[in-house]
Amino acid sequence: MSSADITSERDLRPEREASAKGDITPERDGPRDTGLDDASLHRWLARTWRTPPGIIGALSSVDHKVIARRYLITAFLFLCLGGLNAVVMRIQLSGPRRGLIGPDLYNQLFTMHGVTMMFLFAVPIVQATGIYLVPLMVGTRNIAFPRLNAFSYWVYVSGGLFAWVSFALSMAPDVGWFAYVPLSGPEYAPGKRADVWAQMITYTEVSSLAVAVATIVTVFKHRAPGMSLDKIPLYVWALLVTSFVVVFAMPAVMVTSTFLILDRLVGTHIFNPAEGGDALLFQHLFWFFGHPEVYIIFLPATGMVSAIIPAFARRPAFGHLGLVLSLIAVGFLSFGLWVHHMFATGLPKLGASFFTASSMMIAIPNGVQIFCWLATLWDGRPVIRTPLLFVLGFFFIFVIGGLTGVMLASVPLDLQVHDTYFVVAHFHYVLIGGSVFPLLGAAYFWFPKITGRMMSERLGRWHFWLAMVGFNAAFFPMHIVGLWGMPRRVYTYPAELGWGNINFFISAGAVLFFLSFVLFAFNLVHSALRGAPAGNNPWDAGTLEWATSSPPPSYNFARIPIVTNVEPLWAQREALPVATGLRVDVRELVVSTVAEAHPDIREKSATPSIWPLLAAIAVGGTFLYSIFTPWAIVWGAAPIAITLIGWFWPKGDPEDEE
Amino acid sequence: MKRFAPIAFATAIALFLQGCAGWQSALDPKGPAASELAWLIWFFTGLCAAVWVLVMIALALPLMMRPRERAEPLVIDADADNRKLRVVMTAIGLTAVILVGLTLLSFFANRTLAAIGSDAALTIRITGHQWWWEVRYEDATPSHILTTANEIHIPAGEPVRLLITSTDVIHSFWVPSLSGKLDLIPGHMNVLDIKADKPGVYRGQCAEFCGAQHANMGTFIIAEPREKFDAWWNDQLQPAAAPMSDEAKAGEDLFLKRPCVMCHKVGGTPAGGTVAPDLTHIASRQTLAAGTLTMSRGNLAAWIADPQGIKPGSHMPVADLSGDELNAIVAYLEGLK
Repeated sequence: MSSADITSERDLRPEREASAKGDITPERDGPRDTGLDDASLHRWLARTWRTPPGIIGALSSVDHKVIARRYLITAFLFLCLGGLNAVVMRIQLSGPRRGLIGPDLYNQLFTMHGVTMMFLFAVPIVQATGIYLVPLMVGTRNIAFPRLNAFSYWVYVSGGLFAWVSFALSMAPDVGWFAYVPLSGPEYAPGKRADVWAQMITYTEVSSLAVAVATIVTVFKHRAPGMSLDKIPLYVWALLVTSFVVVFAMPAVMVTSTFLILDRLVGTHIFNPAEGGDALLFQHLFWFFGHPEVYIIFLPATGMVSAIIPAFARRPAFGHLGLVLSLIAVGFLSFGLWVHHMFATGLPKLGASFFTASSMMIAIPNGVQIFCWLATLWDGRPVIRTPLLFVLGFFFIFVIGGLTGVMLASVPLDLQVHDTYFVVAHFHYVLIGGSVFPLLGAAYFWFPKITGRMMSERLGRWHFWLAMVGFNAAFFPMHIVGLWGMPRRVYTYPAELGWGNINFFISAGAVLFFLSFVLFAFNLVHSALRGAPAGNNPWDAGTLEWATSSPPPSYNFARIPIVTNVEPLWAQREALPVATGLRVDVRELVVSTVAEAHPDIREKSATPSIWPLLAAIAVGGTFLYSIFTPWAIVWGAAPIAITLIGWFWPKGDPEDEE
Repeated sequence: MKRFAPIAFATAIALFLQGCAGWQSALDPKGPAASELAWLIWFFTGLCAAVWVLVMIALALPLMMRPRERAEPLVIDADADNRKLRVVMTAIGLTAVILVGLTLLSFFANRTLAAIGSDAALTIRITGHQWWWEVRYEDATPSHILTTANEIHIPAGEPVRLLITSTDVIHSFWVPSLSGKLDLIPGHMNVLDIKADKPGVYRGQCAEFCGAQHANMGTFIIAEPREKFDAWWNDQLQPAAAPMSDEAKAGEDLFLKRPCVMCHKVGGTPAGGTVAPDLTHIASRQTLAAGTLTMSRGNLAAWIADPQGIKPGSHMPVADLSGDELNAIVAYLEGLK
């Protein structure tokens, strides 16, 4: 941790008792939690870890739970916007040659739908769930690099606003979420639309990278004592692997979008075949990110499934080690399949066949996960509550998506269905089935932890069945219409091809699916206000987040638990053993060793600060300006430098002076 | 889920039966490549459906069991888990075998496809443009080289080699009932071999998003018996027909005086533009504006009068014509058989 992240002590007046136990700064040690009774411990910790009051206080918060809640709500709003895009598109496509919207708006709509769902909904929401849950599950008091985490949220929300304000100004990108050159290049995409795409991508990926780094460090260094690698919950493993995939994949798309804006703004010819550049290079770079992106969205969802199934099957996950190794294998393999998005570009046939084999191969670790989950369920009838219903829906839908993925992996077969509605059906089965259904299950599962109230089970079941019917009605027929020859990304189609009826059916399903989310939103609000009180552990689940109160206090755990089992709450029914010795007057947490999670040192966690917000504004302004002139980088450097200096200003703690 | 599955299945079957007869359908193959691919699609679909059903059965089993009685989640029956482990390992092994099988199948299918055009006698260059197809028939004799647009005549029963590229953005050439798709990429030349078993008209369209009018970038492959094809080629090589009526004559004059000639070519006249479709024999084609409108006097007039209404964003500008002028030009074009 950077030295500047160390807490300032300005609003606290610790009694400075010298303590012999101090191992870092014994001469300046404050009160420890060792001898305190519960009530005074709570008073101390609440004062130390609270988010300051007032607007400035709220904007300065570095509490991972506060930031995760903001992330979750923002991402849900973007989901609704992206869903509305889809509904408008489906109305346009509900019959041949409909004139509701023209190609200009339609192309913006499908681009915004893709960009919003991928960059503003799916990746942020899985990361946000991790921001909320990972520190709780590993038994620590805050995420690593709390200010970076706060910064990531502000960057994300301004990137999203950037895109949607552009859309409101009819300036949104209209070149697809993939923005292939030359269509997005300077010659064929005049105006600022493609620049908005390029900078918005770079920008939101900064946020995603920041969260990934914070997650990795939290998992590696902040685990509760005793949580050795074999006792890390599967959900945390999933987030860890995902974060590594983010770290290696996101730079590829940032390079792509930066090359694109260099071509457009500075006049480089990286992608211009007329000047020795190559249009295919863009696709390689983009899909080197784009395929792992699918797993960035999917792997955290598998973590959610691995958390929900044991809770309702009433036993630890079958094949824990197998599940972990599968996650890691998928993480690695996800980087070896990008070419299957490019089979139609005329690559050498032998090379393409290699990617058939690698794309088929990734089905094996995914199969291992599916079989292990099924085996977990086989011990008797599981408790069927809404979270598990959504997981069952996940199996129903995702397995179809996975199997059509196997079809797409075949080069010759792909040449018929590539860029048709078959592919649209396939990846919605994978992404909605594989990620959104587990996310909905996760919402019902962890909502009680976040709000302290249960969600309505009755509405939950209605929601599930509506979503199931709506989803399958909307997306299953797309397989068929794709085989009938309907390409993707068309704003209309002629009547004589006979696609009218099936498209009307699809549109009706899409509306139904959208309504299921309206019901979900109602359930969220209704239950947050009126839901039955949840208690600490409403599902009698086994992982650490259920050990603390619902919602958790700002400091997460009054005393840091000691972990002896992969499902600690099932192993220690009465009370968890705890570690003591942390200071209560400053934000201190335990740093443990990577493999064994032996408590290593005590470290301070950053205090609230407004500087991450100011830094995000400076960075955001620079990016916005940079769609107009490359000089923005020069002029923007000054405010960014100032905000970063403010952020990292030394506080005069002993560690700073070493 | 259990009550929903049969409904979805029945719907799917019903929809399938309705649509197999399409003229742009991968499931209605009319050539050796598409037949091979349709077979592959059905095989993969059948196998995947079987796997899916097995997984769903495995998922449904616990839902039909008696509720568990033990309350202590950490007490695991080790023997039962060992039995499960064997089942899981078997399932993983089967998965691997199936995947290896499918990989080999797909590899051999690819080889079959590659062999289709090995003895192609006819080579056609196709160049993608926003939003139409330039079609050039290669021949050893320069005077036999023919350039046309959007509609591709081929001899039925013979393999034909397509050399495809683009001069603007990326497009993708796809006529599902004959073959899989292949991209047209500026700076790259791709080779696609096609063969139609029988005479017929096969529709295709651009399959890579290429901008505003991606949806209206259709093409037709018109397979004919060899003699008919040769006759067609010969006819197309002739210069444009001279206008027959006074109106058409006036139309030709107008055409040559107006900006039309900046982009379009009419063989045998001074009009020599090459950035838009060649109009020498436009009236012999079946459609207009890359498959958007059927060829008729009314549609010709509509397209010239309001190209931006019919294909918003297209590169065909609105020509400022009076009603009489429009009629004259349409009369002229209508005569370009």
